[in-house]
Amino acid sequence: MAEVLVYVDHVDGAVRKPTLELLTLARRIGEPVAVALGAGAENTAAALAEHGAVKVLTHDASEYADYLVVPKVDALQAAVAAVSPAAVLVPSSAEGKEIAARLALRIGSGIITDAVDLEAGDEGPVATQSVFAASFTTKSRIAKGTPVITVKPNSAAVEAAPAAGAVEALAVTFSAQATGTKVTGRTARESTGRPELTEAAIVVSGGRGVNGAENFAIIEALADSLGAAVGASRAAVDAGWYPHTNQVGQTGKSVSPQLYIANGISGAIQHRAGMQTSKTIVAVNKDAEAPIFDLVDYGIVGDLFDVVPQLTEEIKTRKG
Amino acid sequence: MSLRIVVTVKYVPDATGDRHFADDLTVDRDDVDGLLSELDEYAVEQALQISENSDDDVEITVLTVGPEDAKDALRKALSMGADKAIHVEDDDLHGTDAIGTSLVLAKAVEKAGYDLVISGMASTDGTMGVLPALLAERLGVPQVTLLSEVSVEDGTVKGRRDGDAASEQLEASLPAVVSVTDQSGEARYPSFKGIMAAKKKPVQSWDLSDLDIEAEEVGLEGAWTKVEDASARPARTAGTIVKDEGEGGKQLAEYLASQKFI
Repeated sequence: MAEVLVYVDHVDGAVRKPTLELLTLARRIGEPVAVALGAGAENTAAALAEHGAVKVLTHDASEYADYLVVPKVDALQAAVAAVSPAAVLVPSSAEGKEIAARLALRIGSGIITDAVDLEAGDEGPVATQSVFAASFTTKSRIAKGTPVITVKPNSAAVEAAPAAGAVEALAVTFSAQATGTKVTGRTARESTGRPELTEAAIVVSGGRGVNGAENFAIIEALADSLGAAVGASRAAVDAGWYPHTNQVGQTGKSVSPQLYIANGISGAIQHRAGMQTSKTIVAVNKDAEAPIFDLVDYGIVGDLFDVVPQLTEEIKTRKG
Repeated sequence: MSLRIVVTVKYVPDATGDRHFADDLTVDRDDVDGLLSELDEYAVEQALQISENSDDDVEITVLTVGPEDAKDALRKALSMGADKAIHVEDDDLHGTDAIGTSLVLAKAVEKAGYDLVISGMASTDGTMGVLPALLAERLGVPQVTLLSEVSVEDGTVKGRRDGDAASEQLEASLPAVVSVTDQSGEARYPSFKGIMAAKKKPVQSWDLSDLDIEAEEVGLEGAWTKVEDASARPARTAGTIVKDEGEGGKQLAEYLASQKFI
């Protein structure tokens, strides 16, 4: 069976969920071989093996932390040369897409980004994408070279499928470009204790109707009662009420959770672009004419300052 | 000293219009109005700010690859304050994918001459966000991408990249490719004076032969990625809408419980 390379997104050896989803998708088109780089790379092996990796190629060097993107491209290119895979799958983070793009160009291959599904096809893997603010669904394949495909979080359910997961050292020679962009400082983001926005099963968002940074506490309380991530519309972020890293929409993050609860968000096309593929959509808004209501499975026309705290209390009561 | 900045911009179909595909599965550009991609306005703005904060002679060239109408995007950038424009236009470019576009841009940037290339973080139509990285790879220069803050001094570009896990300070020597996010600073509106001045600024037109690119390398035939099917997403079935009369939160909780979210 053909091997499929899966680029591992991990933090000090803790594998992030989108990578486990990729292993599930990779098994549809071949045998997953994982590539884990940087500090803690070897510690990823157990989780990767449990989810289907037949092999885990690892390499650690200070270059991965000290320089932007290119050292990882060099390593992935070395892995492609070592394995001759049928495809390369990379999580669709901002960095993942940059790594995948440069790799594709180097190995003479086409690239597909932000796939939401993947299946085997007669002429190679076929990727489903959701485009034009999720108003269209396309199916595409790579016409030239080894398919390089980035896949969005929440595109597949994580399935356990124990495999050998034998760790092998990857030999990497860094290119002249590897040290081009130096990381001169790094400030870790303070953990909120909430799930990561793009990976969360439930997202609770606030928009213009939240009307102030201090009122986001109401949104956070609802999110916490559901174990959800907090999102914000561009209007709320531009007003300085919530950080840009939490922005959902065309210029922020695109999310695809099981449940999306929009509070005080009218539903402009730019916001819809980032959340329209959510499985179940719920909205609370004062304005019965708000376009968000065209998308919802369940909508409440009402004041979020009445509805949201009542909802939070009721959830807490039900959860006991 | 002088600093040559090339800003790459894209003419995109208006996201508020009814965007759809043509028969050959490329984006139908005839039925929807186009405009300068909003995210590229931030790139033009940062180029202007670098120029305003510099003691050097700064020349800002705005570059686009696209059909005839794409000149509108160039005019907008010129009216914001860019000095000149280059329009790469050729019938054989129809259907070019990201890899092909990066080839055209790289050749055009090299022909124009540059110390710094600035792009938006992604186009607002394809939203791939890969062009700046592809361009850096082709040009063999550092990529300093997704910056929410950027500055240039003494042949060095510095910036801040805000990721999920951390905020990073980056640094690279020129020449380099930079991309900026919508957090880099509000883009200015063209002034009346700017709009009038833009009419007199030079717009150069190049075709594929000017860039030594063969037609087979680009276009729909040369694309490395094939779209095989495009279908409109089925309309969502109308949901339940309830007016809050005091029990809205409880009703919503009931719904969430019925869907097993609680």
